[in-house]
Amino acid sequence: MLNWRSLLLTALLAGSLAACATPPEKDSGAAGDGENTAATAEGSRLDVVKDRGRLICGVDGGIPGFSYVDEDSNYSGIDVDICKAVAAAVLGDADAVEYRKLDSTERFTALAGGEVDMLSRNTTWTISRDTSVGLEFAPTTFYDGQGMMVRADSGLETLEDFDGKSVCVEAGTTTELNLTDKMREAGVDPEVKTYQQADPAYQAYDDELCDGFTSDKSQLLARRTTLSDPEAHILLDVTMSKEPLGPVTINNDSAWFDVVKWVTYGLIEAEELGITSENVSEMEGSDDPTVRRFLGAEGELGEGIGLESDFMVNAIEAVGNYSEVYERNLGKDSQFKLDRGLNALWTDGGLLYAPPFR
Amino acid sequence: MTFNQEHSIPFWRDDRFWKIALQVIAVVVVAAFASLLLYNLNINMQRAGLKFGFDFLDNQASFDILDSVAPYSAIDETYKSVFPYSPTDNYARVLQAGLVNSLLIMVSGIILTTIVGIIIGVFQFSDNWLLRKGSELYIEVVRNTPLLLQLFFWYSAVFSQLPRPKERLDFFGALYLSKRGIFMPWPATNPLLWFSLGLIIVGVAGGIWLWFWRTNLIVEKGQSGQTQLWGLWAIALTLIVVILFGLGWAFPHELTLDPSQFDARDTERFAACVAETYQVENLSNPTSEANLALYSKCLWTGNFEYGLRLSLEFAALLVGLVIYTAAFIAEIVRAGIQSVAQGQWEAARALGLHSDSTMRLVVFPQALRVIIPPLNSQYQNLAKNSSLGAAIAYAELYNVANTTYNQSGRPIDVMLIIALTYLSINMVISLTMNAFNRAVQLKER
Repeated sequence: MLNWRSLLLTALLAGSLAACATPPEKDSGAAGDGENTAATAEGSRLDVVKDRGRLICGVDGGIPGFSYVDEDSNYSGIDVDICKAVAAAVLGDADAVEYRKLDSTERFTALAGGEVDMLSRNTTWTISRDTSVGLEFAPTTFYDGQGMMVRADSGLETLEDFDGKSVCVEAGTTTELNLTDKMREAGVDPEVKTYQQADPAYQAYDDELCDGFTSDKSQLLARRTTLSDPEAHILLDVTMSKEPLGPVTINNDSAWFDVVKWVTYGLIEAEELGITSENVSEMEGSDDPTVRRFLGAEGELGEGIGLESDFMVNAIEAVGNYSEVYERNLGKDSQFKLDRGLNALWTDGGLLYAPPFR
Repeated sequence: MTFNQEHSIPFWRDDRFWKIALQVIAVVVVAAFASLLLYNLNINMQRAGLKFGFDFLDNQASFDILDSVAPYSAIDETYKSVFPYSPTDNYARVLQAGLVNSLLIMVSGIILTTIVGIIIGVFQFSDNWLLRKGSELYIEVVRNTPLLLQLFFWYSAVFSQLPRPKERLDFFGALYLSKRGIFMPWPATNPLLWFSLGLIIVGVAGGIWLWFWRTNLIVEKGQSGQTQLWGLWAIALTLIVVILFGLGWAFPHELTLDPSQFDARDTERFAACVAETYQVENLSNPTSEANLALYSKCLWTGNFEYGLRLSLEFAALLVGLVIYTAAFIAEIVRAGIQSVAQGQWEAARALGLHSDSTMRLVVFPQALRVIIPPLNSQYQNLAKNSSLGAAIAYAELYNVANTTYNQSGRPIDVMLIIALTYLSINMVISLTMNAFNRAVQLKER
């Protein structure tokens, strides 16, 4: 009796093992996380995404202007548009994106485990993340700085006023580290409350459990709109750090990294060349060889990175150039009305500069 | 001939063969599965260029954590955590600080939940309808809702709604509650403290020994135990005196605004505060003695010195865990007491025992045999559930480890450390409870 039972158990175990061990040669659309992981070990992410016919993009989902889910579960924001542009360039369909909402503490594990193809989630480019955490940073899509939000009637004006006060911060972020550094520099010792998720953190700030909230300035501005009384909060006039935010892929997959990198550059280059979502089809017939090469009407730039030669046409048709993306989500067509500032083209005194498409 | 006979049976019909073969298959299957997972991990780590190792523990952590249980330090003139940590320390130190915070919650949680659980469990036998039904309602509500939800409730709906520091609640000048935390009396560190603590330990041990000796005398020799009872009273009285006066209790003292240091802006603020709080407009000469005394609320700062500061995160997690686990313990206590046969009660009464002696000498020792094993697993649950404190910003081990692996990029290594730590803690709880269990089991002679 006992023997039969253990025999059955063994058979079941062996069966499940066989099911798990079957190597996922072609990653199907409904693939689980485990299979994705196995696929990473074989080819490039680029092939995985092409075979799957869908891009899995890790976003925050809670920051208006960057990535935000509305009531109808539509995603919007500058980070979301980068995902769409990559999907359009690789798959020809900007809607072939599956978004995964990730916490700041989950994001790198999700990327390393192959759960998402890329991150487009307000991630600051730092040397330790680029090296020891094992990531590759695509070009910066938003140059930001760390700020401090306080209640307008609190009387707090500088970081020196924070001795004995408390500051809320999200775990696993660069802001958490910068806060500690800056407070040490200012010679004060505030109480730091570290939350694993953004929502409880902002809730605690709203409940006055902390005197200040620190994060990237753009994020503070965006989140302020979701507080119970947005007008009662101000940003201090301090910039605590440089925060270059951009898309991220996993280390040691240069084929896939190149795709994400050059699609991002492509949006910037498009703005420089004056190509917009409206005029892109006309521009294909342009006389300018730079424009013709960029849009794939001439030459074979796309083939070099394993895409169709007109990959940028699809991306620009879907989301427009960088300027369009920025103005729609953060600039004058949005509720935030942020100036371009550092995020203007190099020709306009900003930091955006795409290497030549040639 | 037996030799031949054995050979005549084919091996697949031999019971002994299958017994061994199945074991071997099971081992191979488990080993294959484990190696598949390890292979996968290895490939992924190589791909991302990550190495496995614990060298990173020596690197500077450079992030700060919340001081949750912080007695006032006269030297630093501030509230400092029981386990000092500064952002310049290394990852190993910050993980230890997290562990200390976890242990504080576990130990205080286990003690409190046992007390609350036993009280609620006994309430279910009460003759008082309100107590009986009330405890039933509590058990049903608490046992059937998720713990995380309850923690958010205690944190966001209860402790976060405390008044602002300047409007703090004051309980007899000893306990102050506000959004800044809970300020309570705490023994000051001085040489007398250690002497008093030693005295308390000796007193408690002596009291327990006397208690058992007295019970033994009453049960075995039929003596009244009156002399020993006086001894117990004497010990109890001494302990109360030592606890009240020997520990040098320091009460939290509120730092108020000093009117002699007021400049024009402060005077203006004071007047504005009076106008808002007391509805008195156009106060003439706000800084006169009489006015300051009358409107002293506007001198409160909500900042304190001396005593002990508990963070709201600690309080919310402790209350949440105690309330949740106590509901399970109450049911375990009820089941334990009900498991003692009715005849035991009747027999004890027939022997002329009081109802409290019946409970103490007859029923409870027998109920303990049923209570302890499930109690063990409740204690372990409490220890593991303390990791949910991460959700409400309590800097316990899981919270700190989570930040550590994100900043250092070492998820596997850090996860391994957390897993082994929780495993060891639960092993210790289990070993202690098993030893206790053996002590109360029926001695079969």
